Amino acid sequence: MNALRGLLRKEGYHILRDRRTLMVLILMPIVQVVLFGYSIRTDVTDVRLAIVDPAPDPVTLALRGRLAATNLFRTVAVLPRASELEPLFKRDAAQVAVVFEPRLGERLARGLPARVQVISDATEPNTGVARQSYVAAVIEAWDRERRAAEGGRGGGIQIVPDSRMRFNPTRESSNLFVPGLMAMVLTIIASMMTALSLTREKETGTMEGLLVSPLRPWQIVIGKVAPYLAIGFIGVIAVLAEARLIFHVPVRGSLALLLGEGLLYILVSLALGIVISARTSSQRVAMMAALVGTMLPTVLLSGFIFPIESMPWPLRWLANIVPAKWFVAIARGIMLEGTGIAYLWPETLVLMVMALVLLAVSARSFNVRLE
Amino acid sequence: MGLAKRLGLRRILVLARAEVLHVVRDRATLGQLIVVPLVQLLVLSNATTFTIRQTPAYVVDFDRTSTSRGLVSRMAASGYFRIVGRSASPDAGSDAMLRGRATLVLTIPTDFEATLVRTGTAPVHLDVNAVQGSAAGIVQSYAARVIATYGDELGAIIRPSMRVARASAPEHVAPPARGAGRLEMRVRGWYNPSLDYRHYMVPGILVVLVTIVGTLITAQNIAREKEAGTLEQLNVTPITRGQFIAAKLLPFWVLGLIDLGLGLVAGRLAFGIPIRGSVALLFGSAAVYLVVALAIGLWISTIVETQQQAMFVAFFVLMVYLLMSGLLTPIDSMPAWVQWLSQLNPVRHFVTITRAILMKGAGVRDILAPLASLVVYAAVVLTLAVRQYAKRAA
Amino acid sequence: MNESLAIRARELTRTFGAFTAVDHITFDVRAGEVFGFLGANGAGKTTAIRMLTGLLAPSGGEAVVAGHDIRTESEAVKRDIGYMSQRFSLYDDLTVRENIQLYGGIYDLPPAEIRARMRRMLDRLGLQRSESALVRSLPLGWKQKLAFSVALLHEPRIVFLDEPTGGVDPITRRQFWELIYEAAHAGTTVFVTTHYMDEAEYCDRISIMVAGRIGALGTPHELKAQFGAASLDDVFVRLARPERAAGAAGAPGEPLAPRGATP
Repeated sequence: MNALRGLLRKEGYHILRDRRTLMVLILMPIVQVVLFGYSIRTDVTDVRLAIVDPAPDPVTLALRGRLAATNLFRTVAVLPRASELEPLFKRDAAQVAVVFEPRLGERLARGLPARVQVISDATEPNTGVARQSYVAAVIEAWDRERRAAEGGRGGGIQIVPDSRMRFNPTRESSNLFVPGLMAMVLTIIASMMTALSLTREKETGTMEGLLVSPLRPWQIVIGKVAPYLAIGFIGVIAVLAEARLIFHVPVRGSLALLLGEGLLYILVSLALGIVISARTSSQRVAMMAALVGTMLPTVLLSGFIFPIESMPWPLRWLANIVPAKWFVAIARGIMLEGTGIAYLWPETLVLMVMALVLLAVSARSFNVRLE
Repeated sequence: MGLAKRLGLRRILVLARAEVLHVVRDRATLGQLIVVPLVQLLVLSNATTFTIRQTPAYVVDFDRTSTSRGLVSRMAASGYFRIVGRSASPDAGSDAMLRGRATLVLTIPTDFEATLVRTGTAPVHLDVNAVQGSAAGIVQSYAARVIATYGDELGAIIRPSMRVARASAPEHVAPPARGAGRLEMRVRGWYNPSLDYRHYMVPGILVVLVTIVGTLITAQNIAREKEAGTLEQLNVTPITRGQFIAAKLLPFWVLGLIDLGLGLVAGRLAFGIPIRGSVALLFGSAAVYLVVALAIGLWISTIVETQQQAMFVAFFVLMVYLLMSGLLTPIDSMPAWVQWLSQLNPVRHFVTITRAILMKGAGVRDILAPLASLVVYAAVVLTLAVRQYAKRAA
Repeated sequence: MNESLAIRARELTRTFGAFTAVDHITFDVRAGEVFGFLGANGAGKTTAIRMLTGLLAPSGGEAVVAGHDIRTESEAVKRDIGYMSQRFSLYDDLTVRENIQLYGGIYDLPPAEIRARMRRMLDRLGLQRSESALVRSLPLGWKQKLAFSVALLHEPRIVFLDEPTGGVDPITRRQFWELIYEAAHAGTTVFVTTHYMDEAEYCDRISIMVAGRIGALGTPHELKAQFGAASLDDVFVRLARPERAAGAAGAPGEPLAPRGATP
C-alpha cells in the first residue's frame, strides 16, 4: 500500500507541476459554464424589422403602429420599394420585413382583398420561422380586431393551443446545457487526460519502470487514474455550483444520486481512456484518438446541444454507444425532471454494462502488456 | 531580382518546400488535413441540426370525434411529429414523457368538436418536455402552426369567411374571395425556402475547417519542431524572422484554401448547398481570414513548449471563438454584452461573410463591414504574433 | 589581434531569475583550433553555447564571435557559424538530399553549388547510395556525421558542436573526431562540448566549467600538470567536487560529475 501511496503522490506532482495543463483543466469547466450559458441560446428578441410602405395611408400607419408597439420588434427602415429590401437582408441589417400593397386602406374599404407580405431571413430556419410567425401573429390579431369592430364575430375557426413547458417552464437555456457540460468536462478530464498521461509514461519509458516494480498492475492503474477521478469530481461540483449561482439551475431530484451516477460515468470514461492508451503508442495519436473517440461524440451525439431525434438513422444508432448520451439523459432526469432511479434504471444499467465491459477490456490490455 | 533577394524569396521557397514535404509524408497531418475535414463535414452537417423532425408525440384524446382525429392525423402528416401512442388517460401521457418516450403530449379535451362548432374557438393542451434541448420552443411553435393551419382548414369548411395562408414556403396564396375587405397575408422565408438546416450549417462548418487548419494544425506543427529541436537549428541560421514565418505559414495558408475548396465541393455534391454569390469573393475573404487564423496559431506556438500544450491551448481558444461566433446559435439571441464582445471575434465575422456570400449572394459592398474588421484583425494579430516570435530568447 | 581570434568572451553572464547559469566567464578561442568546452551537467555549458550562437541574449558582459558582437549583431553571427545541437536536428521525414537542399537554400548557396558540395560530402561520408533515403531510416551514427557535415555545408568560420557524440559507439565516435580534425585542418574553428574525457584529450585546448564559472583553461597537458593529475578524469573530478576535497558533504542538488567515459 505504501508503494501505491508513493505512486499517487508522484501522479499528484505531475499534475501540479505542469502549470499550463492544470490551468486549462481548472479553468475549462468554469469558463465553459459561462460560455455555454450565454451562447447556447435560440431565444428570439429584439427583431430588426423593415417595412415597405409604398403609399402610407391610415391603415398601414395603424398596422405599423401596432408592430412598433410590440416590444419584440425594432423598426430599422421604412422603404418605398420592395427592391430596396435585398441589400438590407444581405447586410443582415433587417431580419424580417413587412411589405404592404399600395392603396391598402383603399382596397380594404372597397371590400377588395389587400395583400401583405411577411418576408423573413430564413438562413437559420428555426429563428427565421419564429420571427415570421411573431410578425404574422401581430398582423392577424390586428385584422381580427378590425373585423370585429366592423361587426360580426372575428370569423374563422380557431383552435387555441395552451402550451405548457414542463420541467423548464421559462425554457431557460442554461438549464439545458449543464447536464451535457458535466458529461463533457468529465470526458475531457477522465478519458483524455488519462489516455495522455498513460501514453506519456509509455513514450518516456517510465512505464517500464513501473511495470518492473513490485506494484501490481491494478495498483498502477489506480495510481495513475485516481488523481483524475478526484479532479473530475471537483470539476462536476464546480460546474454544478457555478450553474446554481450564476444561472440558478436547479437540482430537483436527489443530489446524492446525481453524484453517484457521476462517479459511474467517470468510471466509464476512465476505462475508455485506459483502453485508448493501451492501443496507442504516442501522445499525438492518443490525443487524436481521444478527441475523435470521446470528445466529438460527447459534444455531438449526446443530445447535449443538438437533439438526437433530428439526426439521420446512422447517427441516431451510433449515439446509443456513446456513454455521454445515457449520462445526459440521467442528469437531465434528476436535475430538471426530478425523477429517481425508478425511472432512470434502464440508462443506469446501460452505463453499468459499459463500465464493466470497458474495465474488463482495459484490465486485459494491461495484463497483455505485462507478458 | 534585387527585391526578391532582399526579401529572401529563395529561402522562403526552400523552407516552404520542406514544409510541404513534411505534410505530405506525415500520415497523421495528412489525415488531419484531408480525411478529418471531409468526415467532419458529412457528420457535423447531419449532427449539428436543430431541425425538428419526427418529434415523438403522445396524444391524450378525450374527445374522440372526427375533428379531434383530424387534428392528430394533421400532426402526423406534417412530418414534424411521430405519434408514439394515444389513449384517453392523462397518466399514460405523463408517464410516456417521464420515460422519455414522448417529447410532446397533446391533450384534446372532451367536447372539443362541439365547442368548436358552437363558439368558433376551442382549446387544446400542449405539454412540451422543455428538457430536450433548445428544441422545445421550436417543437411548440411547429405544433402551434400545425394546429392553426388545421383551424383555418376547418374554417374554410365551416365558415369560409377568413383565410390566411400560413405556409412559409412554398409560397401559398389563398384564393380570392368575395365579400368584406380581407387582409391576405403571404409569408415567405428568403434564402432558405426549403428550411433545410444543413444549408445553414455547412457554410459554418467550412469556417471550422479553415480555422482548424489555420490555428490548430499550425500551432501543433511549430510546437513539434520545438520538441524535435529542428526549430533551434533554424534559429542559428541567418534566416530572418519574417522569412521563417512566411515560409511556415504559406503552405498552411494554401492548404486552408484547398480545404475550403474541398469542403465547398463536398457540401455542394452531398447536400446541394447553395452557392449564390461569387466564389472568388469567398476565397478572397478566406485568404484574409486565414491570415488571422494562422497568426493566432503562430502566437499559440510561441507560448507553449510541447505539442500537448499547443493542442490544449488551441483547443481552448478555438472553443471560445467558435461558441461565440454565431456558428451554432444566432448571435442575436445572446445577451447584449456578449454580442458586443463578439465583435472582437474574427470567427464571427468570417461566419457572417461565408453565410452572406453562399446563401444570400452578397457582394463586396454587403460584407464590407465584417471584411474590414477581418483586415484590421489580420494586421494587428500578425504584427503581435511576429513580435512575440523571437529567434533569440530574451 | 582580433583577426586571429574566433571567439572572444569577456565577463559573459547569464542569469535566470535569481539563478546565475553563466557567471562572468572570460576566454578566447583562436582561429582554427579545436576548443573543448567541458563541464558537469548543469554547469552552464549549454547556456554559454546558446549565447555564443545568438539563441539567447546575455545578461551581462560581452563576446565577439567571428568578428561580430553577439549583443548587437546576433543575426550577423549566424551567417558565419554552423551549429549542431545535442538533440539531433536534421528533419527526420526529409531525405538526405532534401535536408541538404533546405540548409543550402537557407544559406543562399546557388543550386549548382549545393549539388557540387552535396556530391563531395556524400562521397566523403560514403553515403552516395543513401541520397534519397529518409534521414529517419539512417543509423544514429550516420545521422550525426551527416548533421555535422550539413552544419559545415556553408563553410562557416566557426562550428559549434553541443555534445555531438552522445549515445554512439566508440568506433563511430572515433570516425566523428576524424571529421572534426578534417574540418579543423581546412581552417574551421571547432567549439565542442563533451562529457567524454578521452575526447577532451583530442582537443587543442579545453576549458572546464564549474557552477557557471571557468574552473580551468589550457591544453590537456597543461591542465594535468597544473592539477598534478594523471588523467583529465582526475582533473575533472577535483574541479567539479571541490567540497569533497575540503571534507564538506556534497550539497543537495549538486550535479554528479561523470566518472570515466560513461556518464
